[in-house]
Amino acid sequence: MRHRKKGRKLNRTWEHRKAMFKNMAQSLVVHGRIKTTLPKAKELRRVADKLITLALRNDLPARRQAFKILENHGLVKKLFDEIGPRFKDVPGGYTRIVKLALPRRGDCAKMAIVEFSVSGEKKEENLEKAEETAAKENTESAE
Amino acid sequence: MANPKKRTSKSKKGMRRSHHHLEAPNFIYCSCGEATLPHTVCPACGKYKDKQYLRREDNE
Ligand SMILES: [Zn+2]
Repeated sequence: MRHRKKGRKLNRTWEHRKAMFKNMAQSLVVHGRIKTTLPKAKELRRVADKLITLALRNDLPARRQAFKILENHGLVKKLFDEIGPRFKDVPGGYTRIVKLALPRRGDCAKMAIVEFSVSGEKKEENLEKAEETAAKENTESAE
Repeated sequence: MANPKKRTSKSKKGMRRSHHHLEAPNFIYCSCGEATLPHTVCPACGKYKDKQYLRREDNE
């Protein structure tokens, strides 16, 4: 019985599922945003959110745990040094899913985009904005 | 063998099938003016909640 057993099987064996989500998590860390089917996207959140939690812990055991999923020292470095710090004061919800209107051609599967909820560019934008407002205030006070 | 006692009349057939119509999808107008599905990235302009998600060549 599958009482209270969470998670989708996605018509795959557990080895297949594990390998697939590893691949997807790696792609997500590389690109920051990936397009996939909606059920896979929803399931990927479990993996991706855990990776961010590890990055926030930021110690050697956490790095080794992350390496088990990412299997690449460069990606672990990127996760811990670039992506993780962006979520320093974020209380969970590290990933965002946006649905696409057009289904996949061929099997009409619902598609979605998975991304990290705090993107690197956005922070720069905010910084620019903050600088702009600060500059404005400065000029105003000068007048 | 179990068999229908009477043939189904045109009326009964019609009444049964009165619910067989397709449901029209709910849609909204995107800020770009195109009709699109709610809570989805607009396929015309690739935006959702003022954020760009699709490039032009991504649109199938
Ligand atoms: Zn639009």
